[in-house]
Amino acid sequence: MEHKDLSLKLKVWRQKNSKDNGHFESYDVKGISTEMSFLEMFDVLNERLINEGQDPIAFDHDCREGICGMCSMYINGRPHGPWHGTTTCQLHMRAFKDGDTIVVEPWRAGAFPVIKDLTVDRTALDRIIQSGGYISVNTGNAQDANAIPIPKHNADKSFAAATCIGCGACVAACKNSSAMLFLSAKVAQFAYLPQGQAERETRVIDMVDQMDKEGFGSCTNTGACEAECPKEISISNIAALNKEYTLAKLKAEN
Amino acid sequence: MAINSKIPAGAIESKWEDYKSHVKLVNPANKRSIEIIVIGTGLAGASAAATLGELGYKVKAFCFQDSPRRAHSIAAQGGINAAKNYQNDGDSTYRLFYDTVKGGDYRSREANVYRLAEVSANIIDQCVAQGVPFAREYGGMLSNRSFGGVQVQRTFYAAGQTGQQLLLGAYSALERQVALGTVKMYSRHEMLEIVKIDGKARGIIARNLITGELERHFGHAVLLCSGGYGNVFFLSTNAMGSNVTAAWKAHKQGAFFANPCYTQIHPTCIPVSGDHQSKLTLMSESLRNDGRIWVPKKQNDNRKPNEIPQDERDYYLERRYPAFGNLVPRDVASRAAKERCDAGYGVGSSKQAVYLDYASAIERYGKIEANKHGIEDASHDEIVRLGKEVVKEKYGNLFDMYEKITGENPYNVPMRIYPAVHYTMGGLWVDYELMTSVPGLYALGEANFSDHGANRLGASALMQGLADGYFVIPYTIGNYLADEIRTKAIPTDHQAFVDAENSVKNRLHTLINIKGTKSVDHFHKALGKIMWDKCGMARNAEGLQSAIQEIRALREEFWKDVRIPGALDEFNPELEKAGRVADFLELGELMCNDALNRNESCGGHFREESQTEEGEALRRDEEFSYVAAWEFKDGKSWELHKEHLTFESVKLAQRSYK
Repeated sequence: MEHKDLSLKLKVWRQKNSKDNGHFESYDVKGISTEMSFLEMFDVLNERLINEGQDPIAFDHDCREGICGMCSMYINGRPHGPWHGTTTCQLHMRAFKDGDTIVVEPWRAGAFPVIKDLTVDRTALDRIIQSGGYISVNTGNAQDANAIPIPKHNADKSFAAATCIGCGACVAACKNSSAMLFLSAKVAQFAYLPQGQAERETRVIDMVDQMDKEGFGSCTNTGACEAECPKEISISNIAALNKEYTLAKLKAEN
Repeated sequence: MAINSKIPAGAIESKWEDYKSHVKLVNPANKRSIEIIVIGTGLAGASAAATLGELGYKVKAFCFQDSPRRAHSIAAQGGINAAKNYQNDGDSTYRLFYDTVKGGDYRSREANVYRLAEVSANIIDQCVAQGVPFAREYGGMLSNRSFGGVQVQRTFYAAGQTGQQLLLGAYSALERQVALGTVKMYSRHEMLEIVKIDGKARGIIARNLITGELERHFGHAVLLCSGGYGNVFFLSTNAMGSNVTAAWKAHKQGAFFANPCYTQIHPTCIPVSGDHQSKLTLMSESLRNDGRIWVPKKQNDNRKPNEIPQDERDYYLERRYPAFGNLVPRDVASRAAKERCDAGYGVGSSKQAVYLDYASAIERYGKIEANKHGIEDASHDEIVRLGKEVVKEKYGNLFDMYEKITGENPYNVPMRIYPAVHYTMGGLWVDYELMTSVPGLYALGEANFSDHGANRLGASALMQGLADGYFVIPYTIGNYLADEIRTKAIPTDHQAFVDAENSVKNRLHTLINIKGTKSVDHFHKALGKIMWDKCGMARNAEGLQSAIQEIRALREEFWKDVRIPGALDEFNPELEKAGRVADFLELGELMCNDALNRNESCGGHFREESQTEEGEALRRDEEFSYVAAWEFKDGKSWELHKEHLTFESVKLAQRSYK
């Protein structure tokens, strides 16, 4: 693959800790190969900062294969940057032109307090799962895996919802900081499966309650979450969630 | 100290059943006052923590990531094996056991592997019950595919994201226990020391990675589910944070480290593109189901792949191994790729790559589709279009990932691949009960050594992680804890906790006060290069001896000249990395020692001095049919203990896939 070197101006959010106000800092970076990933560019910059005796930029990352959901930069006004259906770690510098200015911020949401620089606290998402994002089956209780046939169509839809990586881009993209896409994906995964039926109604009510408690906003159907989701989770899951929730509430009241 | 693997007596088929029937139990009331610490929340850790919580134990689980769902099991792509025989193609518990022992080049412990094969079917049942959306056929039944080193279809999968789906299943089970209060979760915490009291593991010192605070945690038992150590090579398919630290601290507290030199180099990874490279990306082994691997027949052929006619291509795996073809085990495929590239047949700008080609699979699937749809005289373009749709459905996410990283479209041009470090078969030595040589300290999943011998077969890591966590440890730990019901929780102001915390504190102080001139990554890369060049795909005595000297010198330089910015009492990723690299700098030396000691070739360990005339790995059973368990001595050296391997159910043979 042909590649070239880029010179870029980075404007990066620096914030010492959750109590600090934070500010943008500018960095000129040179010799950035178009074959590098976006995070490798940060590696290069951090190596330089360390050598200059400065504090490197803190950012979350782990697998660098687009699956763990740990990376989380808000790049030029978009979670995970310009490529559709791509996490920050899979974004490559081919996406940029020589001389570009790139603005990098952390996820911005009340429910995701900044820990340092570009690193935020997303444990609210774990607590939503704790409120009902599972099927209650203890180890050892299972019957044979082929005992219940599941139509391929349903299995595929369940899988499509289950591919959510829990990165929080949907929240960052949403002007209301709503976690509806995240939540709906988990609810839909189980709603399509026979195993998920027993707790179908309590699950959706408990998870929505927890989401509200965590301070995520409401969904106003702008569709930003779907547009920015690195795993292309469909907004139709939110429509399904609304239906699930309404039916469950009606049933609970009767 | 003598090695006792505690393998139950009796025929291999009945060992585990007998064990389970006679093992000591802890009654429910006593479980509520017994505390268990679990380090790591991948498949092994999450499944163990969840299951032990369900049983009623008080569990504390730790991970360094921001959420337990991010552990690196999440990245496993291809699938999970189970002896279900749903395909009616002759599979059985014995056959899975046999394939695994043979695939491991006869360097694993028979009893453990048989148990693994036995519980494999339960894992699939459990995961389906949890709502893991495995791939299915139109009739609603589960789908299977083939993996390397095997002639049946026993691999269950969820597109190219099987690890993700299995981990999310285990994570959900874990979070359910967190909600119920049986498990307390500590994310962004790193274990930095094992606390021993009267010779038994009784707790840990952990660092809160956000505040930098050191914490003391008591446990009646400690489970290490902290994964493998492939990042000693700097470049690997592991996550950036994957590390040996928890296992290494345990090793230095007396846990033997077994077979550290057994490293799996995976044949199908995206090649290195430059010095900036921070990690390598695997392309699932499942791609070898349909893809064909080749290089040009001419050396230094600079033509584009599509310009090289069929008769000028060398499908070298099909040529050398007609029985298994492109589906030979990973170690064999990797060495074959290296052999071609070293001989000057490599492709791409670096010449350190071979092609993985989907053209013939696309055509084959296209023809099948055309037939299905009753399209007669389909044009070549039509066939290719239909074939690409099938390939997209099967491998779409992998193809997309390849294109994002390389900028090339693998539907139109063959992928370039090269072997990369992927998995470590070695790990903490454990007995049949998964206990290390320190009482009360256990190791599960990739962190232990027990099931894969010298080479792991594809789709077996997920199987082992979940087997250990869901179905083995819940039984075996009772055998230890039944004798601990009278042990009250030990207050963490006990001198052993104070001493352990002080030793961690001192080490962190020393590290941050070096204030040298070179970054942690500088040392990590230097170590990785030594390991890859001299303890990588091919090893020899001379190289290993010089590697040991180089690593010692590098370690000395590290402790004099590393520069760690920031402070101890804050979120400081460079400090975390420094601690991990310091441990890798010690582990690397042990790996080279082990590789030097094992003067035979087996599985992923290839000693150039020990090969057949055709260049295949040559085992030397008379001398080396043992597990090398290394004990850390006197704070500076190692003593070798041998656990001799006896094979009662499988006959030892030179492995052949021809």
